[in-house]
Amino acid sequence: MSDPLLIAGTALNSRLFLGTAGYPNQQVMLDALEASGAELATMSIRRISLDGYSGSLVDLLGDRVRLLPNTSGCVTARDAILTAELAREALETDWVKLELIGDRETLYPDVEQLVPAADELVRKGFVVLPYCNDDPVTCQKLADVGCAAVMPLGSLIGSGRGLANPAAIELICARSPVPVVLDAGIGTASDAALAMELGCDAVMVNTAIARSHDPRRMAAAMRAAVEAGRLARLAGRIPERLFAEPSSPQLGLVGS
Amino acid sequence: MPTRANAHRQGRVSLSLCTKTEQSVNGAAACRGKGRGERNFLHPCGLRPTFVGRLGCCPAARETARSWRLRSDPLNLAGHARRRESVITTPNDASQHLPSTIVIGAGVIGLALAWRLAQAGCRVSVYDRGEAGHGASWAAAGMLAAAAETEPGEEALLSLTRESQRLWPEFARELEAATGLPVGYRDEGTLVVALNRDDAETLRHSYEFQRRLGLDLQWLSAFEARRREPHLKPGVAAAVFSPADHQVDNRCLAHALVAACRGAGVALYEHCAVREVLFAGGRAAGVATERGDARADIVVLAAGAWSREIAGIPPAHLPPVRPIKGQMLALQMDPRAPLLRHVVWAPRSYMVPRSDGRLIVGGTVEERGFDTALTAGGMLALLEGAWRAVPAIEELPIAETWVGFRPGSRDDAPMLGPSGIDGLAVATGHHRNGILLTPVTAALMSAYVLSDRLSQLARPFDPRRFAAPGVSGQAEAAQ
Repeated sequence: MSDPLLIAGTALNSRLFLGTAGYPNQQVMLDALEASGAELATMSIRRISLDGYSGSLVDLLGDRVRLLPNTSGCVTARDAILTAELAREALETDWVKLELIGDRETLYPDVEQLVPAADELVRKGFVVLPYCNDDPVTCQKLADVGCAAVMPLGSLIGSGRGLANPAAIELICARSPVPVVLDAGIGTASDAALAMELGCDAVMVNTAIARSHDPRRMAAAMRAAVEAGRLARLAGRIPERLFAEPSSPQLGLVGS
Repeated sequence: MPTRANAHRQGRVSLSLCTKTEQSVNGAAACRGKGRGERNFLHPCGLRPTFVGRLGCCPAARETARSWRLRSDPLNLAGHARRRESVITTPNDASQHLPSTIVIGAGVIGLALAWRLAQAGCRVSVYDRGEAGHGASWAAAGMLAAAAETEPGEEALLSLTRESQRLWPEFARELEAATGLPVGYRDEGTLVVALNRDDAETLRHSYEFQRRLGLDLQWLSAFEARRREPHLKPGVAAAVFSPADHQVDNRCLAHALVAACRGAGVALYEHCAVREVLFAGGRAAGVATERGDARADIVVLAAGAWSREIAGIPPAHLPPVRPIKGQMLALQMDPRAPLLRHVVWAPRSYMVPRSDGRLIVGGTVEERGFDTALTAGGMLALLEGAWRAVPAIEELPIAETWVGFRPGSRDDAPMLGPSGIDGLAVATGHHRNGILLTPVTAALMSAYVLSDRLSQLARPFDPRRFAAPGVSGQAEAAQ
């Protein structure tokens, strides 16, 4: 049963995106990547060398997975655009996860700068996936300027607190003309499943896997959760009821 | 030649050390020391005839040594740990069978191995493109932390780190006895502190993981933590005490190993870069250096993060090691009234108090190749992290700042043993654990060189675990 996710005309068979930072070591990261089945992995352009020297992240991941460079650490639109251009040149991909951070303690997106920065990157030919607030208006504006997907936060980056506002995420999913990728805040597998059940098209996970006691196993758990959530969404959940409704018929019981 | 001054020194430390730190920590081009003879213990290896003669020993002995190696199974190009007919039986008999060895890299790993081999009676030469012990060995902090630093996915490494931790006290005693030089071994233990609720949750998470591995760690209340280290900030949330995680002064260690090597008859060639490993008949036969060729039965590649820069080795057999940049600094405490006695890990930096009053603060972990820049952000992160845990550091003068390069492998564990090419062994990739793993590496690698067999403990760290599928051990060595 093929159910690919289409972003900018590219089909992805896995709906789980993986971050590559914070693992105990590269081998654990590679094992987790394999266990997750993810086809897309983000990497922070400003925190690593892009030279592709032997053993570097670029060298290691280049053949295994589609790289999604991010602009993590950027606080101005200008920085973010320069970083995206640097990544395009070094990694030969025009995909970019646009991150523009407005506050260091919460790592909340700076939406005021985000929309025009996304607009400019789209005009420069980038496939833009912006990290944004769980705000339907912002997500709509980002779609309007031509972003290929939107990536609203579930809760604060690295907090592991799951979906702080599931109703908002559901609303965004219901209205978005582009794929919705839940980004940030996933703590464990049920969070990922919930995001998919609410209608997200994919889930992005980093810390919850990288910092677990067994990253390989958590990666496998996330994979299963995303698949389960997606299947449940497609199958259609039953309406919630106030009172019990027996699943077996009440009439015609033997002996009555 | 990159000569950026990374070691901004502010007095208190001798000037000659200062310049040397700059040159080798930078990884600046090798062999800058010509004419620099600040120290007389350099071998006079400038003249080629002397040089070759020195290495060559007497022709007969060389021939004997060679034939020992050549009697090995010709199919054994892969360097497999196969038992051979020639096994060392008695010490007396051994001298003529002992393989002569060249070690590339005079860091603590190469030096300790050379020392052990020389003690066993081998003829050993060590080459370094800079000053001995002035690469990652010099830049390190000297923490012997097998317990507190263990992370998920590194359980296999734990057997090695714990064994080396066990060997350390005796190793330190032996080295000090052999040289009369102190290595600054201190056994107060390590404190890992949490400063707020989020830190405490994170600390609890790793504590539970480490306890499950059977590590001896104690959860301390804030009160107990501050009783051990009164300068920890008031309001610290919790701490974990690791009694077995000790420290050594890595720079003293490097000096002592140099002296021990010289005392044991090791020929140490500093500022003499190895350009290429030489091969003959499908096996490593020696090295070409900046000042001529040298032959030996076994070549051991122990050049740390720079190990891939040695030419001649087929790419498939180069150890997959990459530089992992670390920025560090040292503050100067009053040695009579140090702020700390334990090694202290704060959430964003660690502090290692030395007996001479230096307080080492480290270390950033950066995937930036051989980038030698000290950055504002790096220094800020170290100082802020230290200051949040121990506010009193704000009074201390900065003694030194520097950059070093950890030799990282993909799984953060070292590569010990066969390269896949006969006659060429590998001892690198020690990442954060080079100082900790020095005694066990010297023991395992000297045993490997002497017996051509990898002991049980070393097997998980066989460098060939990273070989790409399809790369057979049967190397087509360069000629």
